[in-house]
Amino acid sequence: MRLLIIEDDSDSATYLVKAFREEGHVADHAADGLTGYAMAEGGGYDVLVVDRMLPRMDGLSLIRSLREQNDTTPVLILSALGQVDDRVKGLRAGGDDYLPKPYAFSELLARVEVLSRRRAAAASAEQTIYRVADLELDRLTRRVSRAGEDILLQPREFRLLEYLMKNAGQVVTRTMLLENVWDYHFDPQTNVIDVHISRLRAKIDKGQAMPLLQTVRGAGYALRAEAR
Amino acid sequence: MPVASDISAPSRLFRSTAFRLTLLYMGVFAIFATAALGYVAWNARRLIEDQIRQTIDAEITGLSEQFRQGGIRRLVLAIEQRARGPGASLYLVTSPFGERLAGNVEQVPVGLLDRAGESEIPYARSADEGQGARPALAIVRVYVLPAGFRVLVGRDASERDRLRVVVRRAGGWALAVVLLLGVIGGFVIARRVLKRVDAMSATTLSIMASDLKERLPVSGNGDELDRLAINLNTMLDRIALLLGGLRQVSDNIAHDLKTPLTRLRNRADEALRPSASEADMRRALEGVTEDADNLIRVFNALLMIARLEAGQARETMAPFDATATTASVAELYEAVAEEAGVHLTCQIEPGITAIGSRELIGQALSNMLDNALKYGRPPAEGPFEVTLSLRRTGQGVAFTVADRGPGIPPEQRARALERFGRLDASRSQPGFGLGLSLVNAIAHIHGGALELTDHAPGLAVMLTIPAQPAGIGHAG
Repeated sequence: MRLLIIEDDSDSATYLVKAFREEGHVADHAADGLTGYAMAEGGGYDVLVVDRMLPRMDGLSLIRSLREQNDTTPVLILSALGQVDDRVKGLRAGGDDYLPKPYAFSELLARVEVLSRRRAAAASAEQTIYRVADLELDRLTRRVSRAGEDILLQPREFRLLEYLMKNAGQVVTRTMLLENVWDYHFDPQTNVIDVHISRLRAKIDKGQAMPLLQTVRGAGYALRAEAR
Repeated sequence: MPVASDISAPSRLFRSTAFRLTLLYMGVFAIFATAALGYVAWNARRLIEDQIRQTIDAEITGLSEQFRQGGIRRLVLAIEQRARGPGASLYLVTSPFGERLAGNVEQVPVGLLDRAGESEIPYARSADEGQGARPALAIVRVYVLPAGFRVLVGRDASERDRLRVVVRRAGGWALAVVLLLGVIGGFVIARRVLKRVDAMSATTLSIMASDLKERLPVSGNGDELDRLAINLNTMLDRIALLLGGLRQVSDNIAHDLKTPLTRLRNRADEALRPSASEADMRRALEGVTEDADNLIRVFNALLMIARLEAGQARETMAPFDATATTASVAELYEAVAEEAGVHLTCQIEPGITAIGSRELIGQALSNMLDNALKYGRPPAEGPFEVTLSLRRTGQGVAFTVADRGPGIPPEQRARALERFGRLDASRSQPGFGLGLSLVNAIAHIHGGALELTDHAPGLAVMLTIPAQPAGIGHAG
């Protein structure tokens, strides 16, 4: 994955570039809005990580300008202003995801990876049947089965599994699940998501030789056929 | 105290507002008094002139009667007789050719006798000839008799002029006295006011220097200085209260953040121990990350409360489906509740639309449920029950989370809403005591309220926000 990080704080930019490279991605860095815009326009990036406050051209204007050029590269906005209306403004300007500072790198990584596969995910959004190993989910009939055996899910459990299968192989964090399955952006204090996951896991993995719903320590969960 | 000892310094007195106001008042008073006096003097002058004219008219009527009865001889006799009396009028009779026939006036301006009518002339009497260094003014009237004889009758107008002098002198003195009294009065009043103001500012200085315990003196006569002092005292009370709250909050922050920071440090130490294996180090670092995440969470909550209290995010308020929001939060927590052996009951009225932020209300409900699950365990044997309800109230929508736990005594309920305001009973439990203060801030930004009440037994937390007025939006 090729990433462009547009961030004026050189410490955090250096840290991000290094961390992404360690994860096997190619990360470039631009220290101000105009340079970032020029580099992004040159194209070839899978995801842009854009800070909201930038010298010479602020993050939202940068995104707006790119979108006017019909550039659809996924953009994740980083912001110190983690507020409801800021998120709305950011997404309205054309951002695809929004992460308030301070954030954990694992959270950023998971979100960027999901964004980079957005085109693939868009293609899978067309699919009516998701498959991971022998787990099958039919979005039209709302039937779920593992190794041919039907599994009965509650509506919310169905949506949870649907999201996990749509992003199969990817790490998804708890906040991503809360955002995409429940449509809330706050940080729940207790382990509400964990309990939902463990219930879902009990239904799809219980008694199976190969568990599919895996916990990724310090990050979140992933639905995948093989252990990493 | 330098400020208080300076009271009598003249320059300060002159510069005081009271002094200036007194002077200004005196000035305005002097202008009005002068105008009034001038008006009175003008009227008196007119009155005197009218009297003079009336006298002249009467004399002329009398003299023409004499002429009608006895001709010019009788007129001359009458005039000579009248002219001799003390304080007499001025008289002059001339022939049709201008010869002087009788009278006590020596000279009249040339041509005066040619026209009938009234005029004002300087004159000299025949009697006081020689000493007339100062010519007097007289009002005279010329009357033409039938045969062409002319009669001039006039009266001295010095009385009128004397009045002017008297009035002017009296006015001048009065003005001087008024101004003098004004300056003295201003001085006295300014001194009095300055004394009190100086006392107030001295107290203010000592209040600033000390710990806001002192209060400004109130004289008790209810004047504007008293009102000012009372208001300033009220303000000081409020500042002291806020400062106390701030001190409390920072004490709590320091206390409550020290524990996780110490733990974080200890874990880092553990990882640095020479004997630590790679697995130990990894475990320690994971713990460090977790602790740091928790701290970040605390600061995020603090920031969010501060932003809400500053009134940000108010523009995101819009009608939203309160029923669906409550149901979704309930659904989010049902699993956790069940896992913890809590019986979560929901009583959600259908079709309620409220005005606000779905996101913030969702967060508030989540915090309320969180609290109930953490602290709502019944003290004695009994089922752990938590109720989440949504219902319409008079003007708004009430979200209530009630438990059967130990509850909060009435006197401690306000503290429970403070930042880090954890009750001692809950100190042993995990958490930072920010949950309810965040809910409180959310209530306030919605123009609503957060109420803690006795659930007998247990605690009921009720969040009220405005409802969508019926008839607008959906399903009123």
